[in-house]
Order: sequence, then structure tokens, then C-alpha cells
Amino acid sequence: MKKKRNSGSLKAWLYLLPAILFLGVFMVYPLIDVFVYSFEEGYNSASQTYYGVGTYNYSYVLHDPYFLQAVKNTFLLVIITVPLSTGIALLISVGLYSVKPLRNLFQTIYFLPYVTNTLAVGLVFMILFKKTAYSDGFINLLISWFGGNSVDFIDGPYWAKMFVLCFYTIWVVMPFKILILTSALSSVNQEYYNAARVDGTSKFRIFRRITLPMISHMIFYLVITGFIGAFKAYSDAVALFGTDLNAAEMNTIVGYVYDMLYGDSGGYPSYASAAAIILFAIVLTITCINLLAGNKKVHY
Amino acid sequence: MKVILQNLTKKFPSRDRKNRRDVIAVNDFNFEIPDGKLIGLLGPSGCGKSTTLNLISGLIKPTSGKIFFGNDDVTELPPEHRGIGLVFQNYALYPHLTVRQNITFPLENLKGKNKLSKAEMLGKAAEAAKLVQIDELMDRKPGELSGGQQQRVAIARALVKRPRVLLLDEPLSNLDARLRLQTREEIKRIQRETGITTIFVTHDQEEAMSISDMIVVMKDGVVQQIGKPQEVYDNPVNLFVAKFLGTPPVNVFEGCVRDGSLYIGKDAVLDVLESSKTDAAAGGAMNGKVSYETSATSKAGEISSGQVQEISNGQQQGSGNRHTKGSGRKIADGKVYAAIRPEGFRLQEEGPLCCELDGVEVMGRDISVVSRNRASLNPTIRSIIGTENMDRIFSMERKAAKKDGDEKADRKKWASGQEAVPEKRESDNIVRFDLIPRKVFLFDQETEKRIYFETGRQGG
Repeated sequence: MKKKRNSGSLKAWLYLLPAILFLGVFMVYPLIDVFVYSFEEGYNSASQTYYGVGTYNYSYVLHDPYFLQAVKNTFLLVIITVPLSTGIALLISVGLYSVKPLRNLFQTIYFLPYVTNTLAVGLVFMILFKKTAYSDGFINLLISWFGGNSVDFIDGPYWAKMFVLCFYTIWVVMPFKILILTSALSSVNQEYYNAARVDGTSKFRIFRRITLPMISHMIFYLVITGFIGAFKAYSDAVALFGTDLNAAEMNTIVGYVYDMLYGDSGGYPSYASAAAIILFAIVLTITCINLLAGNKKVHY
Repeated sequence: MKVILQNLTKKFPSRDRKNRRDVIAVNDFNFEIPDGKLIGLLGPSGCGKSTTLNLISGLIKPTSGKIFFGNDDVTELPPEHRGIGLVFQNYALYPHLTVRQNITFPLENLKGKNKLSKAEMLGKAAEAAKLVQIDELMDRKPGELSGGQQQRVAIARALVKRPRVLLLDEPLSNLDARLRLQTREEIKRIQRETGITTIFVTHDQEEAMSISDMIVVMKDGVVQQIGKPQEVYDNPVNLFVAKFLGTPPVNVFEGCVRDGSLYIGKDAVLDVLESSKTDAAAGGAMNGKVSYETSATSKAGEISSGQVQEISNGQQQGSGNRHTKGSGRKIADGKVYAAIRPEGFRLQEEGPLCCELDGVEVMGRDISVVSRNRASLNPTIRSIIGTENMDRIFSMERKAAKKDGDEKADRKKWASGQEAVPEKRESDNIVRFDLIPRKVFLFDQETEKRIYFETGRQGG
């Protein structure tokens, strides 16, 4: 009996081997490596040398104003875009779910941004918002129509740039969320709604007491992946503000890591590793908090 | 609260592009459900019984016709204003709420002067829970309950608002056999204790027969027969109803009436005389009667003149045996279906109906004899006889088994080319039955409508 069980588990390990091998080589090993680099001061990837071990990398990164700016930007982006995009996506999905004719057409239209390239979309956004010597851009045109003062959203004040970045991020992540939420909504058994209707439940109460709890697991999934995605934002900022994000005050943590590795100030893998580990710690903490909070509110 | 359905019709638009005809789910349904009764809507799947229930609940709107609760016309009312309690087939308990929250949910919707305080709600919920005996489960979630308990919670939730009418959609279909038996008694008890008019849908005739005060048999959206369970069983108006009710099912034979006798195969099994009873007298003074004229169609000549069978829409009065003194005339000759209830056979040496014995099944309380007859439409005939015939039938079965063996041997020989095609041995494995006339129903072969008859012989 014992022997049999042993051979069975051996077989199981054999089946798992390819996955373990790939994950180990391409995920676990790099993670450990990055962790090691982050403690090796002045590591040079070409000569593979360093001159000391310690926490100096961390202290450097944490005192770097560019990094602090990047952390601030990232947190703002996360706090603004995750709840807003999820909320708006929920509203749109509920709306989509309640219209009968042309529902599929609308669903397709709402999903289109998902299949377009973020850089191309970023370019369009930049053109819409940018103020040049020749034109004020479409958005500024609208603002001036309503009697406002034109603002340069791309090279102007910090709040304007942050606004564009958030707007853009929400717009880009929305289709996926709508897709997930509409399918979650349609998977709620119609009988619950019928039961609630027979009991004379108001529309709002049905939404709050039945629909929301029934799709809460999907909302929760979207919030967690939304947090992680927003913390790792980089290409969005590049698409809008170009590669020199530090100068534009629009850098994100991932952007900082990239700059440290390859940017103009590049060639500092140790600092980059330290920043990456800090990001990892932040995302891990936030996700754990999310999971803890979610367990109380989410019904599976 | 009595419920009146008037010419209720529901058509669904056809999804089929080639065949644009509407699907008629419920066709001209007329019925007055008396106050405080338990009504079973019965029929095979797709017969429109659930649609009827949903029409009463208001979840779907009728194409035409009216629904009254008492004297109120509720046809146009949305479900929440009808004062109904609905128990769904899959219970539709909110999985994220506890049992208590599920039961108080309908109460929390009340507004204005009906608004209840928290304590009142909990009191009412506790009362409803007690009625269905789930008071200990109040803090659990539906997922932690067994099917039967969930069912009770669903009933409690439907009852907590004190509905005027309680509707149950296939209430027992998700329960196992033992629980089903227990729950159906429970439903009967709850209905009796609350006195709420209750309508339930089922495809299981046994379920409907056992607890309903009255059953409505439906087929293809058309009501076939309405009446007390025993009456409908004893007096089906057409072949469908006869076949649908009863386990084991009724045995249908192709037969013919010749010269005042019913023939099944070559055997004259029963003398049949015309019955003066036309059913019309039966007491349903209800609005809307469905009447069928058997003679209206092409077979006019074969059925005695002016014989009209009428299904009354109300309760049919009188006991099962409604054959009054007949005119003494013979029933017109013609082809018929003879449907014989399993308990309508009596084992008798000289009985007129002669069948080939297939086997005997012992059920404890009685014996079920399985036999065959060429004229039978069912592959086998199942007849239930008392255990006092045990010895006789078993000695016959042994002979039959022996003969069966012989036949197999014959076939073997034939297969190996030793002998000609074996003939079926018409030997001693014959059972003979006498028929109990009131368990025999005749139906016209074309219309499948009942042909009422009396017998000269004293039966039963």
C-alpha cells in the first residue's frame, strides 16, 4: 500500500516537472537573484563584480527624489483609477445588461479599446490633450467653448498631467472590466430576480442586496488585478509623456526601475533591484490587505 | 382566497424561422380554484403547467384571458401586488444571506404603513420558521442545508408575508425518494394549518394524487380533466388521462366492440351496454365548460346518437362509480382502445382474457403479474393481484420458465440448422383473467375520448 502511494506521488511529480522547471528557471531564480543584487552594492553586470554587501542600495533609492516622485505618482494613479474604473465599468455593465436590443453590438464596441495598442491610443490621447504652438488641441477647444482657460495637459501643471494619465488609464482598463462584469451579471440566475420581484423588492435594493453580492467575487478579482496592474503601470506614462518621465515628473516605480537599468542615467542594476524589491513588497502588502478585507465581504 | 382563471391563454412567439406559428403554452384555461384547497397541476413536461403557474404569479403576462383572486381582477397587476408566495423549483434562496435573512427579505421590502420594525420582522420570521420546523437552522447559509431543509426555507420565505395564494413549482423534484414522501405530507400539513389556497405543479402523478384536494391534468396546453384525484383516476375522460395516472400504468389494448361485447384479440372479455350517463349531469356549475362531442367527427355512425361527453370544469360530484341504470341498448360496434387498470384483473381459471405469462414480481403487499398479449399496446401487461393467488401463479410461472427453456433450445437447434423455424409453443403458460368492469375504460380509437358503458354482468 505504502509503496503504491509512493510511486503515485512520484508520477505526480514527474507530471509537474515541466512546469516546475520553467517556473523555477524563469521566475523563482530571477526573483532570488534580484533580491541578492539589491543587497550587493555597485554591482556591475558586465564584470559581475561588486564592492560590498549591505542596505546602501535601499537607502539610496529611498532618498532619491525621483523615486519618491515615482512612488507618489504610482500611488495617486492606483488610488484614483482602480475604484473609478471598477465603478464606471460596473455602471456600464449594468446598463449594458439591462438593454435588450443591440446588446451584443454595444458589448463589441465597448470591448474594442482592449484590442487596440496602448501606445497608439496614447498617441491619440496626446494629440487630443496637447497644446502646441499651432493649436490648442481638441480638449482645450472644448474647454474654451465652455468659457474655461486652456491648460497644457502634456507639458503643463502637475495636476493636469496626472489627470490625463488617470483618464487614459481608466479608459484603457475599462473594456476588460466591462467584459468580465457583463459575463458575471449574466451568470446570476434569473430566478433570484424573479423571487425578489415576487417579494416586491425595489430595483435599487435588488442591485444592492442581490446583484452586488452575487458578482462580488468578480468585482473583487477586478480590484485585486486592478491594483497590481496599476502599480506596475509604465507604458501608459511613456505613451503620453515620452521616455524622459523624470523630467516630466510623471515617472512610475516601474519606470524608475527601467531608467535605472537602461535609461540615460542607466547602468545601476543594484538600485534597480532595490526599487523592484520595494515595489514587490508594496504590491504584496496591498494584495494581502485586499484579500483579508475581501474575505469578509465577498461571497463565493 | 379563491382563484378564478378565465379563458387564460398564453402564446409564445416562435423562435423557428421556418415555422412562424406561435407556441401555445396554455390554451383557454378555465377553472375556479376554491378557497383554501390544495390543487395539483399535473402533466408531462412541456404541457404548460409551469406557464400556468407563472401566469398566476404574474411573472408572465397572459396573451388573453383573465385571472381573479377572489373578486379582484389581478390580470394586469405585477407580481409584487398580487399577494402571492412563490416557491421556485430550485428554491432560489439567496446564497449569501442566512436563513433568517432569507426569510425576512420579503418583509424588509414593505413600505409605508406596512413597514415593520426589526423585532416584528424577526418575530414573523421565527413564526414561519417554526411552521416549517427549521427554527434551529436560522443562522446557517443555504449552502449548508440539505435539499429538504432548503425546500422548507423556501416555503417559509413564501409564507412569511401571509400570501393570499401559495404557488409551488415542482416542489419535490429535487428531493430524494424518501424525503419526497415526507415533504409532500409536510406540504399538505402546512397548507391545512395555514388554510392558504395552494397551487403546485408536478409531473409526478403519484405526488399530485396523494396530497391534492383536486388535480388538473394538462396536455399540450389544454386542460384534459379537472377533479378530485380518485375521481379522475376512476373516471378518466380520455385515453391520455387514463394513461397518465396510475402506477403501474394502465394497460391499453386494441379491441373492438361487436354485438354488445368487447373483444380483445379473439376473446370476448366483457359485455358492454350503452350507458345513459353522459357525464353532463356532473355537478360543476362552473364558468366555462369544455365540452367534447365524440360523435361530431367522422365516426358519427359508430357511436350512439347524441352521446356527448362533457368534462365539467368543476368538481365532479358523486363517487367513482357513476354508472347509473342503463338503457340496456348495446354500444355501437367499432374499434376501441380498452384501458384496464392493473388492479382490474382477477386471476381466474376460466377467465375470458387470455395472456401469455412472462413473469411474476413480488412486492410484499401484492403480486404483480407480467404477461403479454398481441392486442396490447404496451409491450407487457402488468396486473396486480392479491397475495392469496401466490401459489397458483408461481406454479404457472415455473411452467412458463420451463417452456421458455424449451423454446430457447428450439431456437438453438434452429440456429444450428437442425430444425425448421421454431414455432412459438402455445402451451400451458397461459394466464386467464377476468376483468373488473369499473376498472376497464373504453376509448374511441380516433378521438381517444371515453366511451361510457355498463355491463350486463355484475362486476367489481
